Amino acid sequence: MATTDTFYEAMRRQGISRRGFLKFCSLTAATLGLAPGFAGRIAEAMETKPRIPVLWLHGLECTCCSESFIRSAHPLASDVVLSMISLDYDDTLMAAAGHQAEAILDEIRHKYKGRYILAVEGNPPLGQDGMSCIIGGRPFLDQLREVASDCQAVIAWGTCASWGCVQAAHPNPTQAVSIDKVIHDKPIIKVPGCPPIAEVMTGVIAYMLTFERLPELDRQGRPKMFYGQRIHDKCYRRPHFDAGQFVESWDDEGARKGYCLYKMGCKGPTTYNACSTVRWNDGVSFPIQSGHGCLGCSEKDFWDKGHFYDHVTDTRVFGIEANADAVGIAAAGTVGAAITAHAAASAVHRIKQRTGAQHTEDEQA
Amino acid sequence: MSVQTPNGFQLDTAGRRVVVDPVTRIEGHMRCEVNLDESNVIRNAVSTGTMWRGLEVILRGRDPRDAWAFTQRICGVCTGTHALTSVRAIEDALDIQIPENANSIRNIMQLTLYAHDHLVHFYHLHALDWVDVVAALKADPKATSALAQSISDWPLSSPGYFRDVQNRIKRFVESGQLGPFTNGYWGNPAYRLPPEANLLAVTHYLEALDFQKEIVKIHAIYGGKNPHPNWLVGGVPCAINLHDTGAVGAINMERLNLVSSIIDRTIEFIDKVYLPDLMAIASYYKDWTHGGGLSSQAVLSYGDIPERANDDSSDNQLLPRGAIINGKLDEIHEVDLRDPEQIQEFVAHSWFKYKDESQGLHPWDGVTEPDFVLGPNTKGTRTRIEAIDENAKYSWIKAPRWRGHAMEVGPLARYIIGYAKGIPEFKEPVEKVLTDLQLPVSALFSTLGRTAARGLEASWAAHKLRYFQDKLVANLKAGDSATANPDKWEPRTWPKVTKGVGTTEAPRGALGHWVVIEKGKIANYQAVVPTTWNGSPRDPAGNIGAFEAALLNTPVAVTDQPLEILRTLHSFDPCLACSTHIMSPDGEELTRVKVR
Repeated sequence: MATTDTFYEAMRRQGISRRGFLKFCSLTAATLGLAPGFAGRIAEAMETKPRIPVLWLHGLECTCCSESFIRSAHPLASDVVLSMISLDYDDTLMAAAGHQAEAILDEIRHKYKGRYILAVEGNPPLGQDGMSCIIGGRPFLDQLREVASDCQAVIAWGTCASWGCVQAAHPNPTQAVSIDKVIHDKPIIKVPGCPPIAEVMTGVIAYMLTFERLPELDRQGRPKMFYGQRIHDKCYRRPHFDAGQFVESWDDEGARKGYCLYKMGCKGPTTYNACSTVRWNDGVSFPIQSGHGCLGCSEKDFWDKGHFYDHVTDTRVFGIEANADAVGIAAAGTVGAAITAHAAASAVHRIKQRTGAQHTEDEQA
Repeated sequence: MSVQTPNGFQLDTAGRRVVVDPVTRIEGHMRCEVNLDESNVIRNAVSTGTMWRGLEVILRGRDPRDAWAFTQRICGVCTGTHALTSVRAIEDALDIQIPENANSIRNIMQLTLYAHDHLVHFYHLHALDWVDVVAALKADPKATSALAQSISDWPLSSPGYFRDVQNRIKRFVESGQLGPFTNGYWGNPAYRLPPEANLLAVTHYLEALDFQKEIVKIHAIYGGKNPHPNWLVGGVPCAINLHDTGAVGAINMERLNLVSSIIDRTIEFIDKVYLPDLMAIASYYKDWTHGGGLSSQAVLSYGDIPERANDDSSDNQLLPRGAIINGKLDEIHEVDLRDPEQIQEFVAHSWFKYKDESQGLHPWDGVTEPDFVLGPNTKGTRTRIEAIDENAKYSWIKAPRWRGHAMEVGPLARYIIGYAKGIPEFKEPVEKVLTDLQLPVSALFSTLGRTAARGLEASWAAHKLRYFQDKLVANLKAGDSATANPDKWEPRTWPKVTKGVGTTEAPRGALGHWVVIEKGKIANYQAVVPTTWNGSPRDPAGNIGAFEAALLNTPVAVTDQPLEILRTLHSFDPCLACSTHIMSPDGEELTRVKVR
């Protein structure tokens, strides 16, 4: 079992030199836009103050992110909580309630000003004066802004905090918004997914603590290391897509042979996540492996992109002569195989264009 | 200032008001206010749901085959149970029959949730109401080992093992950073365990945290992931292939074996760790008999875990169905979710509007229009509430009633109904617990009774997992490997207008979804969930709900430490995201706070 080292001791144990540690502190200061003099203060804090305080707030959500987090197998959630961070506020797990709970937020904000991580699960509703999510008699939005104002960086857990998720789906009755709509002056690391994969969640934390930097983010604010590729890119059923072998109906021959779920609405081709590589629940499976297409739950507004069982796109992704439906039926012969080999390449090309366009729209929005 | 509620509880608001907000270690957000008399006994209790999200309006106009995914996001703790309720409602509306294997796999998914959710609730959401973490430091590891070995043959029980864990906790406490244990109520006189029992429980808190992730791998195997596995209208999405080429891409022998081995380990952990701990802890709190509330007079269960597919009759449900009212255990009423007279929701004290708030509405006719107004006796302002006015609207939860009665739902309700029906697999374990602890039947109606019923049910569920996994394999051996019925997958096969109802017993209690489908789209969707029943505010007649009733007459040892309040509220395992999902009519303009 791990011991309760200071953060510095923990890094030394993991083979990081004193010099590396100081470099980490400078990089942290630089990443946060602080003057070079702050590096020394960060180093001092980490040497004397054991674990980085994490305040984990909950807005409108379903708690699936917390549930996912405690599923982490490596590192174990118990090790993260006891040895890596100091989870000083998390209303799902904490012993204290009421004013004793609220007092912790004030204490950490003052004692660790600029040196704690804010983790947010869920999001603030703006409707009803913010009172569709009340904490301590006040709008959650107030609590979120206050705790954000003194933090070092923000982790947006899950699709709620990152994009809005289900309560923000049309017509968004509570006017719930992603947290970057209300926090503007702090680095925000988006870890989307409904929920995110457990080992991705703890992986992001461990990365920040171990590898001397905040993770590199893509244009949408997600860690590139886990969200840099589509599920389709690394899907073990990809060869069936390329060969034009598709599930055509639930529990059909193709389903029993593990064929591609593209025609059953799988959103793997447009979803950036690590499900097909890291997989779920200690690598046991992931949605496609268990026979259901990807819902695209880590993508922005995935609830409003049409019926889950419709094709990713209506465009003729398989070239001029044939669409996916026709290819699936013709796949038995060599001619069919030749078409699909070509089609797969164009499909990927088209999807890339589509997704690229989407990114641009997001940035303009 | 003392009033008697129609359901027989005495409320007195004269004494000092104590507010607990946020109530922690629950799912979602809630607030609780109580009045204490001069002896610090709770004489009035007010439970307020403090969040709402609006899933039902979001569902309008959507494809019914997608509804399970939306409703599953009502709650990520009881993950899957809303999805199952939803696919059942849609299948009821469209008259879809599912294969036997799909029924077995769905039961396995639901029972997996029971085993997992009850275990996590006991150790991670509830135990700290009974267990003093800091006092565990005073324990003698040798004596702890002796205690552990006297109650169970679980192998991790040596003195050295407990010494290591104690040292880890010691270093943790000495670091000065107590993490989730910061500002707990350590040392409160309401904690009664000896140091060794505290150390044992804290050790198993950590073991259970590591083990719980194993249980839900069953969801990953059949549903692809947990939380939020995948479901399917018409069956289950995981195809089965045991014999042929391509079996590695489906549920095959290796997958079945993995499920089987997880089931064995789950049974072992629950029977050798959870249940013995529960009994040991309970033995020190035997005379803390508070928290019964509604349980001795009005309980409700819809029944669940169908033995055979496509049979919704009471007799086919392994978890019993029925309603008990007026404390008459010898009279079990039939429950009909389609009958407009039986289940109705009221909003006189909820932040919603009806045309006539003296009347309740059946979910198929449900109306949900938000109305966030505070009563004239509220202390504070609209966005800074110091004390709530329970004579006016005071919660984002509606008040559901069964034939006008406020009901308790959940494991205790199910066990009381099973006990009253004389079903041996519920009655016998209850009698054994009562005999072992030398307690009368009346002890069942309490906070501790609720907690004990949940533990017994976790064990029941784990053993039923084995039963349904074996049943699945037997059916496969008999040559039936079907998992889905796609005959009515296409909307052109559906009637133009239809409606359906689906139910489950969620870990927290009776759960129902009501759906109306028109021209292939959802026209109306309503869910009445367990915490809506248990956490309900008052109704127009003044009947109080289960949370409020259970808190009454409980003495509080230290008035600014709400330990006893948390203890009783947690015994219900509140799930507030579930209870307050309801929402406004489409297109309504709501007030907004300004965004910078």
